[in-house]
Amino acid sequence: MPAVRTVEATMLGKLDWSAIPLDQPIPLIAGAVVLVAILGVLTWVVVKGHLSYLWNEWITSVDHKRIGVMYVLLASVMLLRGGSDAIMMRIQQAVAYQSQGYLPPEHYNQIFSAHGTIMIFFVAMPFVIGLMNLIVPLQLGVRDVAFPTLNSVGFWLTASGALLVNISLVVGEFARTGWLAFPPLSELSYSPGVGVDYYAWSLQISGIGTLVAGINLVTTVLKLRTKGMNYLRMPMFCWTTLASNLLIVAAFPILTATLAMLLLDRYLGFHFFTNEAGGNVMMFMNLIWAWGHPEVYILVLPAFGIFSEVVSTFSGKALFGYRSMVLATMAICVISFMVWLHHFFTMGAGPNVNAIFGIASMIIAVPTGVKIYNWLFTMYGGRIRFATPMLWAVGFMVTFIIGGLTGVLLAVPPADFILHNSMFLVAHFHNVIIGGVLFGAFAGFEYWFPKAFGFRLNERWGRAAFWFTFLGFFITFMPLYIVGMLGMTRRMQHYDVAAWRPWMIVAAVGVAVLTIGVICQIVQLVVSIRNREALRDRTGDPWDGRSLEWATSSPPPVFNFAFNPDVRGEDAYWHMKARAKQQSPERDGPEYQDIEMPRNSPTGFVCAFFATIMGFALIWHIWWMVIVGGLGAWATFVVFAWRDHDEYVIPAEEVAVIDRVNLEQRRGLISMAEVG
Amino acid sequence: MSITATAGHAHTDPHQIGVLIEHPGPAPKRIVTAYGFWIFLLSDIVMFSCFFAAHAVLAGQTAGGPRGSEIFEPSYVAIETVCLLLSSFTCGMASIAADVRNRLWFHVSMAITCALGLVFLVLEFREFADLIARGYGPSRSAFLTSFFSLVGCHGLHVSAGLLWLLTMMAQVFAKGFRADILRRMTCFALFWHALDIVWVAVFSVVYLLGSAP
Repeated sequence: MPAVRTVEATMLGKLDWSAIPLDQPIPLIAGAVVLVAILGVLTWVVVKGHLSYLWNEWITSVDHKRIGVMYVLLASVMLLRGGSDAIMMRIQQAVAYQSQGYLPPEHYNQIFSAHGTIMIFFVAMPFVIGLMNLIVPLQLGVRDVAFPTLNSVGFWLTASGALLVNISLVVGEFARTGWLAFPPLSELSYSPGVGVDYYAWSLQISGIGTLVAGINLVTTVLKLRTKGMNYLRMPMFCWTTLASNLLIVAAFPILTATLAMLLLDRYLGFHFFTNEAGGNVMMFMNLIWAWGHPEVYILVLPAFGIFSEVVSTFSGKALFGYRSMVLATMAICVISFMVWLHHFFTMGAGPNVNAIFGIASMIIAVPTGVKIYNWLFTMYGGRIRFATPMLWAVGFMVTFIIGGLTGVLLAVPPADFILHNSMFLVAHFHNVIIGGVLFGAFAGFEYWFPKAFGFRLNERWGRAAFWFTFLGFFITFMPLYIVGMLGMTRRMQHYDVAAWRPWMIVAAVGVAVLTIGVICQIVQLVVSIRNREALRDRTGDPWDGRSLEWATSSPPPVFNFAFNPDVRGEDAYWHMKARAKQQSPERDGPEYQDIEMPRNSPTGFVCAFFATIMGFALIWHIWWMVIVGGLGAWATFVVFAWRDHDEYVIPAEEVAVIDRVNLEQRRGLISMAEVG
Repeated sequence: MSITATAGHAHTDPHQIGVLIEHPGPAPKRIVTAYGFWIFLLSDIVMFSCFFAAHAVLAGQTAGGPRGSEIFEPSYVAIETVCLLLSSFTCGMASIAADVRNRLWFHVSMAITCALGLVFLVLEFREFADLIARGYGPSRSAFLTSFFSLVGCHGLHVSAGLLWLLTMMAQVFAKGFRADILRRMTCFALFWHALDIVWVAVFSVVYLLGSAP
């Protein structure tokens, strides 16, 4: 009998039937719904014969536009998952007054941990990285990112991490430690289950993907710009992309190292963060926040870039104070590394250290304030069109200022001693992340959707989505500020204070309004796809845009531009349009040339497949499978490195056919404008 | 023509004062690849610096176990250092051989680099095995935890480098000096030299500073 057990332990590690939570209906039902949805989509794909299209055009694609779209799709799906967690938490706190509510503590703790992890790593990150991938090469006037195949690897590794988090729903458990897994709670002695391992390995895998994306985009912005695209002519979104990805490159290795240390503690009995043998718990806090604070700016800087584009386009004016905006962006990029200690003023580092970090935290509000004024002055005197992206931008300015002000309040150490880990803090960071990052992501989604797919989104449903989300946000989170002041701490599974109760009920109502907003967004997508012929944009420039992504057709051809654009100043496309209106119709029959493009490759998908296997095996201690996964990933890269042709040629005639259609539509647009 | 266009343009762009240098367009692939790899190396060095920071915090936490001066073998470390520095030289020779398309010298230099790397790894492995056998494994104290992690992290990088080195040799053997293979060779050389720099820091911070009684 012991021999049998040993064989099983060798083959399956810690995995057995007790890993499936048969006694808990909620995760099982949720898991079953997800499984049915995935199988349904797969069956539909196979039955309809779309499998080869899906494989050839999307899964193996190294086209930055396709990869960008897949990132955003992943983020949107995970937003539904993270949102469900949020709804469950709000309902729990609304009903758990002097009672246990409907979620037992161990389940509730998993939900708030999963909510934070998913929203940051698998919603906010892929959403902004997806938009950067989609738009930045177009704005720079180039044909692709610096490393197209690695780009695909990065996306699929992110998806692999997301998959592992979702597997934890039905096989085993997720961490109960909060979204940053602070030791000593996350150490083996206090969290003996596989929850923290799921958390750590999924973040390690997706973290590699993020690092790859960061290196790729930094290199793209710094080394691949079209002729004449000097640094100070780049659109604002390219600048914020540069800043954000520099932060990724500098900060994500810290996360990797920190989680590696935690894993060494858990797997091999090391003593980095244990209470015994000289380990240092506060070292974890310092390391994780040295990543965690820049991470906040990794997320919000691209959103600032999106708002800059949107505000300038829909005000019909060049961005006010472009250079001060560049300076503010780079200042935030640097200062964001000097404020991490404000996450644990209560550590007791002493008044001088706390004062320095408190002042640094307040200083970072200055460049952010510069940005707000620049957007306001861009709108001042402009001809403002309140299309959906602009609504999100204006809603952002109102919301984000409130979040920023409560942030400055929390940066005062004595105030922080009272508000630390209270619901006030929860309200603050949701105020900046929803009001900043999520509104920015939605603005970018509405603004660039026509570029990605060639038709606009329905404005009525878009407006409804905005207003429900905007109001829902305030109804949900303003009460949290109040209960925070009334002394409620975060992450409470139940409570006995009568004064908190009404506010928790209001917050639950707010989350219902937010949910209507999300439903409106889904309806908007469905309605727009159905009416896509009516919403079709043939000009490639539906918003009267200013930067180069609008200079090509929608969706752009695989090579983006038939000729590398020649840039002569800021707002490159705006000036091209102005010149085209002055001059007689451009020279006929430009000389088209063959274009070389990178070939598609399944490397990313196969590599992520092996990474998922390896991650799962590491979580459950199935050592032979770890080796198989590792060897598989390495072999994938060797096979990739061995291929003889990594590019294919699009002949000049084909380029000509595609480009002439685009030019024809564009001429129509310009002559229309002349008549008008 | 382009000069006049530039000069004429300088007047229309209020932000440009004086001479305007037009960005020439996307860089060639060789530059882009090496540049991207430099950025990766910088990120890798950030990761190492976390382990260095952890070592700085934990080096004094011996929890009743041995201190650095009691367990370090200077002769071991000296040989390891010499091996790694020499391997950087032979790696440089391999780069030159690749530049002049000399297959024989490329393979010879790479083989020597590989052998030196292996000697380094064997010595490091013996040092670790010896410490563990004496009961001074990484779970003995926080100091040994950070020591094993920092030095082991470098060792893992060297192991990965050797795997990459052998793959490079196989590629050149099978495919010759193709443009993409030469780009990879540039990256490999950068990686190998960077590991040398990290080792210099490990040698100074862990072994030299740690040997002080």
